[in-house]
Amino acid sequence: MELGPEERAILGGAHGEAARRALEYQLEVGRFWGAKRFVPVTNVHMMGDIEVMGDGGLAYLRDEAARGARCAVPTTTNARCIDFAHCARLGQDAGEAAKERELIACLRRMDVLTTDTCINYQTVYQPHLGEHVAWGDTGTVIYANSVFGARSNFEAGPAALAAALTGRTPEYGFHLDAHRRGSFAVRLEAALEDLADWGAVGKLVGEAHQDYFAVPVFHGYRRTPTADELKHLGAALASYGSMGMFHFVGVTPEAPSLEAALRGREAAEEIVITEQDLSAVYSGYGLGDGDARLVVFSGPQQSLLEMKRLAQLFEGRRVKPGSSCFVTTSGGVLAQSRALGYAKVLEDAGVTLLEGVCFYILQNLSPMRVANRWTNMVSNSAKIVNIIGAHRFNTILRRTAECAEIACSGALK
Amino acid sequence: MIIRVRRAFGPVVEGEALLSEEGFSPRYDLDRWSGVITKPGHKLEGMSIVDKVCFFPTAKGGIAAGWAFHDIKWKGIAPKAFVFGVTNPVMVQGAIFAGIPITEGWDPPPGGVVKTGDRVRVDPQRRLIEVLRPD
Repeated sequence: MELGPEERAILGGAHGEAARRALEYQLEVGRFWGAKRFVPVTNVHMMGDIEVMGDGGLAYLRDEAARGARCAVPTTTNARCIDFAHCARLGQDAGEAAKERELIACLRRMDVLTTDTCINYQTVYQPHLGEHVAWGDTGTVIYANSVFGARSNFEAGPAALAAALTGRTPEYGFHLDAHRRGSFAVRLEAALEDLADWGAVGKLVGEAHQDYFAVPVFHGYRRTPTADELKHLGAALASYGSMGMFHFVGVTPEAPSLEAALRGREAAEEIVITEQDLSAVYSGYGLGDGDARLVVFSGPQQSLLEMKRLAQLFEGRRVKPGSSCFVTTSGGVLAQSRALGYAKVLEDAGVTLLEGVCFYILQNLSPMRVANRWTNMVSNSAKIVNIIGAHRFNTILRRTAECAEIACSGALK
Repeated sequence: MIIRVRRAFGPVVEGEALLSEEGFSPRYDLDRWSGVITKPGHKLEGMSIVDKVCFFPTAKGGIAAGWAFHDIKWKGIAPKAFVFGVTNPVMVQGAIFAGIPITEGWDPPPGGVVKTGDRVRVDPQRRLIEVLRPD
């Protein structure tokens, strides 16, 4: 790779040992992908918590902090695995909680902003067209590339941390024009009236094209999608298809037309999504021999507008005794939800509001499942329905209002 | 017999092949305490990846995979190498950080050349995988 004066200075140790090691690691990653050079980034978003990092990760972070690692650009953290206010009640491990506190302290010593949110693009920072960032959590990356027209690859925790320390990332993948061209078309004929419908589209398109470099171009939709709808679409595409970018004609900045999004080339294929396709997705889920006592609104965290909708759905109702309903959101959104009364409505209904976490990475989730005899998890998020499998949940995707109904009735229709 | 790969990282390793027809994520599919694939319905459900040379056609979602590779290496339950048909940056960033050899792209596809249980040698520098004859 071609190195500029700043990169040579970092490699020479001018910015300390942690930055030097970080750049050496980034060079290996860049070489793998055939990157020719580095690009400076303005913002980093990283995943770092004890559940994903484990003891080895914590030991690494401890060493990094001791080595004097400091962020060169503003760096925020993704949703984590423990909400300390709920830790004991959820049966989470006190020892792991202590490690999580130490981990957070290490990150803060490095000047990381521990925002603990996977919706940074709705709540913290919105990069502009062409801006290079290094973000982790796939949902944040696909949103940045697609909706903002910013440029990021999926940056895993170690890679995002390296970018934070060096202020740059190898130029490959979605940093390059060549990879941002739409590769196939998706015509949306379905009405897509619920967030779960958007996730279901992401599932249908993503499952059929498991390729990071496949870029679908959505067109033919007759309404303006909202930010939350695009969030669920992107999160599901990234989850089922490992995709990092999509275009939406007339909506996303690099897709003024279908032709422009495809950059003049033919689409490799065209998929059509109809109401029947969505019905088939929903009917593909069943209870098996279990029950419907767990409903989760998480993955991604809820926006303020999603909190408002949930408050409307749960107003004056109660989660069925014996059932559990969880909502996860960011600290900022939760504070606003409290101020606006949404949080009280939900808590009065028996909904548990978790702050700064994602349900699927909750520390101790598998034992929690066993202790509560949960077999099924119902959610309006196609993403979480997909990713929670390793914890041996059977999962069921349902529309938002149906999820609220299931939480209050305990019955799946 | 030889499989050529397109991109590769890591030292030369030898190990027993484990072939999957389904893609992989260490977060979605794997029990990260035992190294056994536990996702219900995964084509390798119940199989251990520990010390194997794992052949996966695709990578699935998941930024958290980056730390997961380091975590399983720390716990001593990492595979010898990952051989992907198509992968994504997270798998590569994670494997390089953990020091686990990783390759992408294969010619020919492994299906006709190697089967689960065969001994294989992964040579990232030469960008090839050799199927070793049984003893």
